[in-house]
Amino acid sequence: MSRTATLPAAPARTSRLRPRRPGRLAAEAAALLVAVAVAFPLYWMVLSAFKPAGEIQSTDARPWTLAPSLDSFRRVFEQQEFGRYFLNSLFVAGSVVLASALIAFLAATAVTRFRFRFRTTLLIMFLVAQMVPIEALTIPLFFLMRDTGQLNTLWSLVLPHIAFSLPFAIWMLRGFVKAVPEALEEAAYIDGASRTRFLWQILFPLVFPGLVATSVFSFISTWNDFLFAKSFIISDTSQSTLPMALLVFFKPDENDWGGIMAGSTVMTLPVLVFFVLVQRRLVSGLGGAVKD
Amino acid sequence: MAHEATATRPEQVTAKTAPAPAPQPERAPGGRHGSRWTPWLYLAPALVVLAALLVYPIYQLGLISFLEYTQAQVSGGEPTTFKGLGNYRTLFSDSQFWQVLLATVVFAAACVVTTLAAGCALAVLLTRVRALPRLALMLAALGAWATPAVTGSTVWVFLFDPDYGPVNRLLGLGDFSWTYGRYSAFALVLLEVVWCSFPFVMVTVYAGIKAIPSEVLEAAALDGASQWRIWRSVIAPMLRPILIVVTIQSIIWDFKVFTQIYVMTSGGGIAGQNLVLNVYAYQKAFASSQYSLGSAIGIVMLLILLAVTLVYLRLMRRQGEEL
Repeated sequence: MSRTATLPAAPARTSRLRPRRPGRLAAEAAALLVAVAVAFPLYWMVLSAFKPAGEIQSTDARPWTLAPSLDSFRRVFEQQEFGRYFLNSLFVAGSVVLASALIAFLAATAVTRFRFRFRTTLLIMFLVAQMVPIEALTIPLFFLMRDTGQLNTLWSLVLPHIAFSLPFAIWMLRGFVKAVPEALEEAAYIDGASRTRFLWQILFPLVFPGLVATSVFSFISTWNDFLFAKSFIISDTSQSTLPMALLVFFKPDENDWGGIMAGSTVMTLPVLVFFVLVQRRLVSGLGGAVKD
Repeated sequence: MAHEATATRPEQVTAKTAPAPAPQPERAPGGRHGSRWTPWLYLAPALVVLAALLVYPIYQLGLISFLEYTQAQVSGGEPTTFKGLGNYRTLFSDSQFWQVLLATVVFAAACVVTTLAAGCALAVLLTRVRALPRLALMLAALGAWATPAVTGSTVWVFLFDPDYGPVNRLLGLGDFSWTYGRYSAFALVLLEVVWCSFPFVMVTVYAGIKAIPSEVLEAAALDGASQWRIWRSVIAPMLRPILIVVTIQSIIWDFKVFTQIYVMTSGGGIAGQNLVLNVYAYQKAFASSQYSLGSAIGIVMLLILLAVTLVYLRLMRRQGEEL
């Protein structure tokens, strides 16, 4: 958001509504307060990950630590093949993002640039598909994966998630493909471009910001996956993903909070990095997808 | 989601209602280059994936819900028998099912209302502050949004931990256990759900407000309209399509909450007091091997969400949205 927002330049343009000054100060104080409150759980997660064991299990819950240690991280990476799980998670999320972006781009082009029978029916189907409670599909998917011999492989996570992120991606990309003027397409054909060439060399780059925005959603939903990993990766822990590794630190007698927080930190970081990288595109993307 | 305020539908003009369409190329924009099959070619990968991994599993789900399907059938020890609506009869005569259904609806509604209120209020707040506080709030919100459901859930449980959590110390609650009581546990999950889902609403609505010409807002402010009045009479009507989208998305997400309940209340709370339909179906299927009942619950959820979709489509239609 930082750079898309107009930086406070001329005083007349600082605010869109020109409120009276005390009003604005109150609003800014409120915004900062909310920001602190919203960020606090994340701060506490990182802080607890660095706290030495004695401080974590102490009952006075101090909001700082004077003796940061890497013990919890060390425990996470030694006790578990955490690095491996991390790569597994990354592989699954990465494959889903790439595959669903390409497939959704083609499909969105088809439903916005062409008129054909059943087009509206298809669109309604894509919309309805977003409503499907995928957790409920764990049961039939489990049997499907078992019968095709995909249990305990990463493909049992990749394939369903491609399918589940497609409907939303297609729905969101429609707006972006629509926004590309048709005159451009005409001009390209007049210049002798083939349909394929137009698709990949003109339309694709123009729709790219939209692809980034939709990728965020598919990345998050896949990275978040917990149920499929729990249900389809049963016996081969070398194929586990991060959420599973995290659950190991929950013990019936005494949770290893330090380990849980360190693991959570490692799991949250990549998504944060991804987000910060694409946030400008994301904000404009969401605006573009729902533009009037 | 793009909107055109056109009431005319081009496809009604070009639609062919004849069962056997004449073999002429489709009149696509710039369509002199595409054959009738081009769109289907583009759609093929999506349709194949969706058919195999979404449509077929849904069909299977429906099928299993009509069969006798327990551990015995899974391991192939017994043949499956057709039970008709027997599973549904079992389900509907179980008082726990109705309890869970009610809890799910109430919980989802509370989440949706709170999320939308927080998201919209903060979006308006964002338009009224300078760049620095705006950036701070945006970054915090993006952080909450980016946090995976599993880690968010564990962190919130830790924050509210009766022994080691800072929240109880801050509020002076001693060793009050949030997850022990039914309502306090639901409240805790609600807080986490709102925390991780308000950013989507905030960012989307903020993007929508930014797209409103500032002259309109200036004029309203000059006419002496209050903030609330500007929101109600100027911004909200212009944002209607966006508000519909975020509302529907929130309903879908919150009705299907799984991970938060599962992780924060250890699989549905003490004696299942915090079960919602999604977790209930999972526990039925995988904890007690009653796959048919689990599938039947899944089908019930599917039908409820389908009803929500139909309402959404009607709203869109009324807006003259061209699909």
